[in-house]
Amino acid sequence: MVDQLSRAQDEFRELDEMAAGRSVIHRLHPLCKLIVTIAYIFCVVSFHKYDFSGLAVMLLYPVVLFQAAKIPMHVCFYKLRMVLPLVCAVGLANPFLDHRPVILIGNLVITGGVVSMLTLMLKGCLALMASFLLVATTPIDRLCGALRKVHVPKTLTTLLLLVYRYIGVMLGEASAMVQAYSLRAPGQKGIHVKAWGSFLGQLLLRSADRAQELYSSMLLRGFCGEFFYSEVPACGVGSVLFTGGSMAFFVCARLVNIAQLIGTWVVK
Amino acid sequence: MHMADALLSPAVAATMYAASGVTAGISVKIVQKDENMAKLPMMAVTAALVFAGQMINYTIPGTGSSGHLCGGMLLSALLGPQAGFLSMVVILAIQALFFADGGLLALGANCWNMAFYGCFIGYYLIWRPIMRSHAFERKKHAARIRIALASVLGCVLTLQMGAFSVVLETTASGITELPFGMFAGIMQPIHLAIGLIEGLITTAVLLFVYDARPELLMELEEVRTEGKHRCSLRKTIVILAVAAAVTGGCVSLFASENPDGLEWSMFGNSEAGYGENMGLDEESYGIESKSAELSGEIQERTAFLPDYAFSGSDSGAGTSVAGLAGSAIVAGAAVLICTMGGFFRRKKSNCRRAE
Repeated sequence: MVDQLSRAQDEFRELDEMAAGRSVIHRLHPLCKLIVTIAYIFCVVSFHKYDFSGLAVMLLYPVVLFQAAKIPMHVCFYKLRMVLPLVCAVGLANPFLDHRPVILIGNLVITGGVVSMLTLMLKGCLALMASFLLVATTPIDRLCGALRKVHVPKTLTTLLLLVYRYIGVMLGEASAMVQAYSLRAPGQKGIHVKAWGSFLGQLLLRSADRAQELYSSMLLRGFCGEFFYSEVPACGVGSVLFTGGSMAFFVCARLVNIAQLIGTWVVK
Repeated sequence: MHMADALLSPAVAATMYAASGVTAGISVKIVQKDENMAKLPMMAVTAALVFAGQMINYTIPGTGSSGHLCGGMLLSALLGPQAGFLSMVVILAIQALFFADGGLLALGANCWNMAFYGCFIGYYLIWRPIMRSHAFERKKHAARIRIALASVLGCVLTLQMGAFSVVLETTASGITELPFGMFAGIMQPIHLAIGLIEGLITTAVLLFVYDARPELLMELEEVRTEGKHRCSLRKTIVILAVAAAVTGGCVSLFASENPDGLEWSMFGNSEAGYGENMGLDEESYGIESKSAELSGEIQERTAFLPDYAFSGSDSGAGTSVAGLAGSAIVAGAAVLICTMGGFFRRKKSNCRRAE
């Protein structure tokens, strides 16, 4: 459990470091990246459940961007190792429920269930890769600044920023408490029923006081309901080109089955 | 209960975004109106606490397993429904962005399933009526019993609603092949157990807060009139477990329709194609289902073979050998791009090291 808490802390720090990089992708306008990411996920999810080959082309977007952002692909998969099996498990029942034959290779019949399972898994992975790419190349304050530009209420963006900053502190504190507890209760799995309430309760009370101090100090430094986000750059030509180009690619890939076209040239 | 992007169709995802967005908008208006931002740090710290609290495991007495907190009910009892909802939205957004727990497109659905029911239904229909009622007034520990009852009932019921919403949204998206009845039959009982454990943890935390700082809890108007006698946690948990078992019994009475629905959909509903398509009959199901599948497959092969040709056929399924070949080429290109990227990165770092 101590491991889990400190690992979460490490992962936060690693992502922060990654997001502070200086590649071409990091320099793009955060709002453009947000819009393109949402459009990408929207497009990926909208593919038909048997359209595996059409979906395969969408793989190119994260792959190219990961390389341009100078982030190795394996980092993404390592970070997502806990979630990917869950995403993949969703479609596991499909082969047993859908027996419609869809592809025939020699004597091997591939049923619709298998194709739809693979498509579902690929969809899940692609969506995860795209959102990972967004946070790995955009620091949280710039993301909040971008959200503020599209008039997301300041309560939400300020809250997002504060919670994000505070999670690190809370994880550290919880991890210290868990370590102290487990040292006094060796060999015990989790928190004993006697301490259920007092354990988190203590942390809650301490943090409630801390919240008050935090607010007082914010007021003393002139907080009047809104943070001022530093250096959200103007939307440059590069960002506009990136957005336009990505959108055009998504539309093309969604309307024309590019993989099948390439395949037809090769097979014939 | 975090849903992934792939589970939702764009239409359902957009609908749920709209629903959660409207709720969040109204909540923001209300929070801004009555609290002149002073509540913000408290919301932030409590949300961060719930986030950290979700990673702590609690031993479940008598079993080898452990459970953890979810937080909707706890947040609304401490902050009120609107502020609690906003805090949950932020937690879910951070989980989606930084821990890939639940998808970005599915964020609207996740907010609805996990935050809306826990905060609004849990607060207005369970927490507030119970806390304001005069139930157990003659008992020594009336307020404590009320807190416990509201927490457990709140967690169990709102989690049931959330789980049912997941089933509804997935079915409406038409993405998995799991029949509605079967999916609901799996989801509901699991979340009954999870809700029960979450309810007990929430109770324990809220009772502790009630003892130490009762002013932090919402809707607790009365000043503590109780004596110094405390109901021990173990006693409370036993009472609650009995209450929850009774509730659970009631819920499972409703849920018992599901297995019938499942059987109906698997064996009896041949018009809808289930019985025939699955190659199942009641005798062979479960014992010889593999052979039944095999025979079904052979049957399908002989029956459908003429309709499916090799490349370039106009099969409605949209995938053919050309498609497969194309996909393989795309995958190859992806691998190539990765290798090249890795090669250039290595080259650059070597240069830097040489310098």
